[in-house]
Amino acid sequence: MSGKSFFIDLSRCTACRGCQVACKQWKQKPAEKTANTGSHQNPPDLSAATLKLVRFKETAVGGDFKWLFFPDQCRHCLDSPCKLASDPVIQDAIVQDPDTGAVVFTEKTKGLDINLVRPVCPYDIPRVDPVTKIMYKCDMCLDRVRSGMLPACVKTCPTGAMNFGDRQDVLAMAAKRLGALAPRYPQAALIDARDVRAVYLTLYPVRQYHAFVQAAEAAPGNFSRRSALALLGGNAPRTRT
Amino acid sequence: MTNHWIDIKNADAILIMGSNPAENHPISFKWVLRAKDAGGVVIHVDPRFTRTSTQADIYAPLRSGSDLGFLGGMIRYILANNLYFKDYVVNYTNASFIVGDKYAFSDGLFSGFNEDKRAYDKSSWSFVKDGRGVVKKDPSLTDPRCVFQLMRAHYDRYDVKKVSEICGTPEADLLKVFQSFAGTGTPEKSGTILYAMGQTQHTVGVQNIRAMTLVQMLLGNIGVAGGGINALRGESNVQGSTDQGLLFNSLPGYLPAPPASMPDLKTYNDKTTPVSKDPRSANWWSNRPKYIASLLKAMYPGQELEEAYAYLPKLDDGKDYSWLSLFDVMHNGGFKGFFAWGQNPAASGANANKTREALAKLDWMVNVNLFENETGSFWKGPGMDPAKIKTEVFFLPCCVSIEKEGSVSNSGRWMQWRYAGPKPMGQSKPDGDIIYELFLKIRALYAKEGGAFEGPIKNLNWDVASGNAYDPHKAARLINGFFLKEKTIGDKTYKPGDPAPAFALLQADGSTCSGNWIYCQSYTDKNMAARRDRTQTPMQEKIGLYPSWSWAWPVNRRIIYNRASVDPSGKPYQPDKPVIEWAGDKWTGDIPDGPWPPMADVEKGRYPFIMNAEGFGQFFGPGRNDGPFPEYYEPLECPVAQHPFSKRLHNPTALVFKGPREERAVCDPRFPFVCSTYRVTEHWQTGVMTRYTPWLLEAEPQMFVEVSTELARLRGFKPGEKLIVESARGKLWAACIITERIKPFTVMGQTVHQVGIPWHFGWVYPKDGGDSANLLTSSVGDPNTGIPETKAFMVNVRKA
Repeated sequence: MSGKSFFIDLSRCTACRGCQVACKQWKQKPAEKTANTGSHQNPPDLSAATLKLVRFKETAVGGDFKWLFFPDQCRHCLDSPCKLASDPVIQDAIVQDPDTGAVVFTEKTKGLDINLVRPVCPYDIPRVDPVTKIMYKCDMCLDRVRSGMLPACVKTCPTGAMNFGDRQDVLAMAAKRLGALAPRYPQAALIDARDVRAVYLTLYPVRQYHAFVQAAEAAPGNFSRRSALALLGGNAPRTRT
Repeated sequence: MTNHWIDIKNADAILIMGSNPAENHPISFKWVLRAKDAGGVVIHVDPRFTRTSTQADIYAPLRSGSDLGFLGGMIRYILANNLYFKDYVVNYTNASFIVGDKYAFSDGLFSGFNEDKRAYDKSSWSFVKDGRGVVKKDPSLTDPRCVFQLMRAHYDRYDVKKVSEICGTPEADLLKVFQSFAGTGTPEKSGTILYAMGQTQHTVGVQNIRAMTLVQMLLGNIGVAGGGINALRGESNVQGSTDQGLLFNSLPGYLPAPPASMPDLKTYNDKTTPVSKDPRSANWWSNRPKYIASLLKAMYPGQELEEAYAYLPKLDDGKDYSWLSLFDVMHNGGFKGFFAWGQNPAASGANANKTREALAKLDWMVNVNLFENETGSFWKGPGMDPAKIKTEVFFLPCCVSIEKEGSVSNSGRWMQWRYAGPKPMGQSKPDGDIIYELFLKIRALYAKEGGAFEGPIKNLNWDVASGNAYDPHKAARLINGFFLKEKTIGDKTYKPGDPAPAFALLQADGSTCSGNWIYCQSYTDKNMAARRDRTQTPMQEKIGLYPSWSWAWPVNRRIIYNRASVDPSGKPYQPDKPVIEWAGDKWTGDIPDGPWPPMADVEKGRYPFIMNAEGFGQFFGPGRNDGPFPEYYEPLECPVAQHPFSKRLHNPTALVFKGPREERAVCDPRFPFVCSTYRVTEHWQTGVMTRYTPWLLEAEPQMFVEVSTELARLRGFKPGEKLIVESARGKLWAACIITERIKPFTVMGQTVHQVGIPWHFGWVYPKDGGDSANLLTSSVGDPNTGIPETKAFMVNVRKA
């Protein structure tokens, strides 16, 4: 199965948040009651009502000031830890669409424990609705894609940061873009391209953008969080290999 | 825009100054990034490091309000290092013109200044003419009285050190920007400048843009692909609104609004129609009588031209009718009624407390808007006692743009037809219907009761509806214009009702009508604005011209002044991105600025800047109210007592008012920080549409103030805490954003802190969103346009 993939080119993202709003509009997700807490990032985090979030971070790379943006979303892993961890509890509460490869949370996720599902995600994506207990995340706009349309976030992106298509085409596009940027940005990289269907192109070390850009083996902060959970006697998180 | 959105991709360098397109014109960044992909350099000059700066190859900070120092420095740098495009400067600009002996400049003042009137007698700012009445020129550019030498002397003061001292921009950053952008001065390169309100909302706003024009003409960047002076408009149709005569000083198509001293059409034509004695100057405005006649006939087809002209309202000579002046008169009780139509002055206008007080002095106000807003509800706003306010407010709900059919003219002058989307909600109506019905009522009242000056009401052509509903197609046909009488032009005879094919065929004798000459050709045998055809010739494809997609004024010309993109023989200076090219007997590519052959044809050729009487780009611009060359002045509120260029601290001709609401702070320890206002992607204008859009409000929920980490440390501010921002005119609360994206400036040897606030919030909704930034701004304006200085003023910021 080759399926579909996103290519998210951070070198072109201007944090206009068109993707964040388009996602909410298509999914008819309610606005959260937010406040300005000293950052432009709002809502502050992903939630059951916010499946796509542009993260803003002021940082320094090699002494140079950078303002980095990270349009965060589910990566739609080829072998998805959330599904692998939850299938033994409720089979197919989390399904994988055979045509596109989209990983989709169903209503059956209300029978799952978020403390099982969220920690195994290398990207810290799953969220639960506090009332219905159903879990939510990006579903690749499967309804749109099945109708031959682009995901809402991709359709609305004005700069070409968000791209979507057949996996081999998208990977080729990503590789070409990386090649074009590499001379000027020696640290540029495609993140977890072999394992996920939302492939990010970063210009700077991943930790500069956000704690959960790359899978755990390269992101020690995530690992320690999971170790802590294991120590508390919860379900031992499945380690990806 | 001289150019258009797609054309940004053709630039070798993009200077973004006084605008933040990544945030405020997000789609434009598609083209900025295409230019970057092709090797173009993106330069951002701004007081703050914004989302735009993240994509810039070079970012240079400057203190709000010091732009003219920066641009003056760039002009000096280009001249001092001989980086200008000499052939272009000699052949296409007025650099070679000889200026009269009486013109002088000394210590910040041009000749002819009258201190009492705060105005110039501009008669000394004129050129020397020969016996035929043609301006004398020195193509060698060596005559000490030629514009080029005067300009060189004028900007000699603007050296990098002084510019750095006053702007707060490090010298190294200045040089990086100057070097990079001046690199487009070679014939084969082009650079574009993208600006917005950050450049215009100053008491030197017009001269800021003039200074950019000087840079672009020195570098040969006007008329070429990837060049130009490009105003990024702040509303989807603000270009269209000024085209259609929204401003007090112009009728549709930028015809001057008549003053009382021009009581008849003959006088108007004699006094406003420029004359050139140079046979090689097209002097396009010599056609003005045709355009005003066609406009009068569109309004009053049944009247003789003189009678129709007599119907037009006349301005009192010398009186300013711009926004700030109108609200000053209102504040003094000078108006009974007010239509606030599609606007929210209580939040959008400078010095909002004054505006809100002014609204309370009216007998009535009609607010036409989508939602409840700070203007319609001013009487129950903060500090107001409804029992003491007599103003009767009527609210007329109108429908939103996507619910109605009609055209929108974008920044690139493209008139784009839109079809109606969803049906209007409730009893809301299109603005066209509201004004259509309103006028029918007024006319009926006149018929019943009579009234002052009946003719203009009784005789106005109001044939813009079908079946009692406003018909945008009828209005568009009238704007295009048509023949009223049978007329033979050349070998073709036009019958009454035939659409005017283009403005060259409009007539001064009353045989044609056209509601707006620059839109003539937009609605002929078909609605040109509705075209969606991507066909291009291979030559047009090189620059993405798309001439069959919608329609652009004038006559579908996509890049104006394009005769300056070719050498005198008609060959493009930039063969890889040609705009037009002379094919021996005709032009190919874009629609040229007139059909004449290139300049090398000494008999039939014409100079490229056809809208200027002499036909040349104007380094020396004798028409402006504050001087023929842009000159540095501080904002009317500023943190310094002097600047390095003259002893004149402020623009001596700036628009100012007297009264209790007009206090200003200069070097005032109560208000030590420079403040600027701006927009964010998530909100639009005063936020009336976006604050009610939950997903947008969620992303930017509250008024904020951005402060540097240094200032936060100094004052003990914490992220997210409520701070009070106050000026000499008002105060508001704002959530604190502490950021590395603003750094303190060193200005004239002292540390100056800069802060910034958005202007999208208002007390009506949401209740915890904050109020308008304009509570803090002052009612002072540019002497040419009256635009308020809301981009640079002084505040204090303290813990609440």
